[in-house]
Amino acid sequence: MEKIIEILEELKPGVDFAKEEHLIDDHILESMMMVQLVAALNDEFDIEITPRDIVPENFQSAKAINEMVERLLEDE
Amino acid sequence: MKNILEYLERTEKKFGDKIAIADDADALTFSALTDQAKRIGTRVGRLGMKNEPVAVLMDKTPKCAAAFLGVVYSGNFYVVIDSFMPVDRINKIFETLQPKGLITDSKYEEKAKELVFSGETILMEEALQTEADMQMLDQIRKRSIDADPLYALFTSGSTGMPKGTVISHRAVIAYSEWVENTFAIDEHTVFGSQTPFYFSMSVTDFYSMLRTGARLQIIPKQLFSFPMQLIEYMNRYRVNTIYWVPSALGLVANWKALDYASLEFVNKILFAGEVMPVRHLNYWRKKMPDAFYANLFGPTETTDICTYYVVDREFADEDSLPIGNACSNCDVLVLTEEGREAKPGEEGELCVRGSFLAEGYYSNPEKTAEVFTQNPLNSAYPERIYRTGDLVKYNDRGELIYISRKDFQIKHMGYRIELGEIEASAWGVEKIKNCACIFDEAEDKIIFIYEGRVKKNELMAVMWKKIPTYMQPNELIRVKSMPYNANGKIDRAYLKKNYKTYL
Repeated sequence: MEKIIEILEELKPGVDFAKEEHLIDDHILESMMMVQLVAALNDEFDIEITPRDIVPENFQSAKAINEMVERLLEDE
Repeated sequence: MKNILEYLERTEKKFGDKIAIADDADALTFSALTDQAKRIGTRVGRLGMKNEPVAVLMDKTPKCAAAFLGVVYSGNFYVVIDSFMPVDRINKIFETLQPKGLITDSKYEEKAKELVFSGETILMEEALQTEADMQMLDQIRKRSIDADPLYALFTSGSTGMPKGTVISHRAVIAYSEWVENTFAIDEHTVFGSQTPFYFSMSVTDFYSMLRTGARLQIIPKQLFSFPMQLIEYMNRYRVNTIYWVPSALGLVANWKALDYASLEFVNKILFAGEVMPVRHLNYWRKKMPDAFYANLFGPTETTDICTYYVVDREFADEDSLPIGNACSNCDVLVLTEEGREAKPGEEGELCVRGSFLAEGYYSNPEKTAEVFTQNPLNSAYPERIYRTGDLVKYNDRGELIYISRKDFQIKHMGYRIELGEIEASAWGVEKIKNCACIFDEAEDKIIFIYEGRVKKNELMAVMWKKIPTYMQPNELIRVKSMPYNANGKIDRAYLKKNYKTYL
């Protein structure tokens, strides 16, 4: 979780990612950032996030992102 | 043909019940669009003015399109305002524009109150209740000519003052004729509309729709983050033609989204606004080999486009795509510094002549005179050309190749940006001693370098109130001291080469 927040802060400084729960609905994460975020997550956790995983529910909060990452780690 | 409303009315007669423009929440048929536009036109027309600017502050929705056409019915011209734009920047535009009216809806009513201008604010909901006064609208139309302004679009200006390019009915009539004929747009066309209305590319889909009875399906911006939903949306609405910025096409390629689902109806893929990386194009061509692909090129000042290239051969990932040749009813010249025509293979500035040209910049005769000049090859009678500031050359096949911008203006994610405006936005922070903004073309990144005891967060808080998201730097770098060149100016060339050493 901490690592995820760190990645998010690097992409978009100035946002309290521990608290935000509507990163997508509030347009905090936009399309170009999503590409960078997914690349960073793949790299950091050695997972492969596919277009099937890239749905709003998985990216609304740091917690949701964390849950997705853990799920993908388990699947391996 | 002298007024673009003739397209709307002709198409309404033929295809009244057909959907003209839609998003996920709302859809307007050509009849409904015409009806709404006449009501709004009557409301604005009662202000009793002609050829004056009326700003439209709304989200990209079908109703927003009705507002544009309403302004045209009133005999005035519309100015599209990005609804996400910070109030400060809208006010900067308004300083130049001095709009005589503003159309907005209840969503932006509060924001509109913060805008400084002397004209009247008209609420969309209220305007739509107005009864259309056909007698007044007919009177207004009788006096219109094709040289009247249709709209103005504001782009970034180097002094921090945005410039408003004024486009006439005639320019759009000439331009949309080329679009319709070249890309065989007709009533079966369904555009998947990606570009915002304040961006010149949207003119292409929008006026093609009015001319031909095509459908404009607005793609919600958020879907560009979610590839599977994007594809599903496009299939649901049977989108068959797209005219997107390369970054949007690149997103789909980067996600490898077409490996997981296919675009069932798309058969025409057009792009413009920035350089299209061939690697991304090759992904699309591999997945959709039968589709038609074309690279379009041009600035807001030539309505949208002046040259184009239909992709007719294979390119390696590291190749660059030609920008092709001039559109029909448009001519381009490649002029050297000395003002003569460049020889094949020789670099020169791309200059454009013909009906696609804008009238100039609103209330800005100096900037207008700088770039809309007499054709130096013609000394016999007045003939305007537009100097694009783009360096180009012809290749062996007689196709134009884009080289770079002549000045500091850059293209990033499809937007034209003056780096100077980003710098200007930081100067409001007291502790900033010095700053320079550079653009790394290879990585498509805006880098902001500054000197002064300011935290990145504080700096961003100030800058983001002044500039839109697409102008925000991708990297902020604080340095102890700026490098200077022999003339005592910040050495931007050095920074551009070496900025990574500061990271």
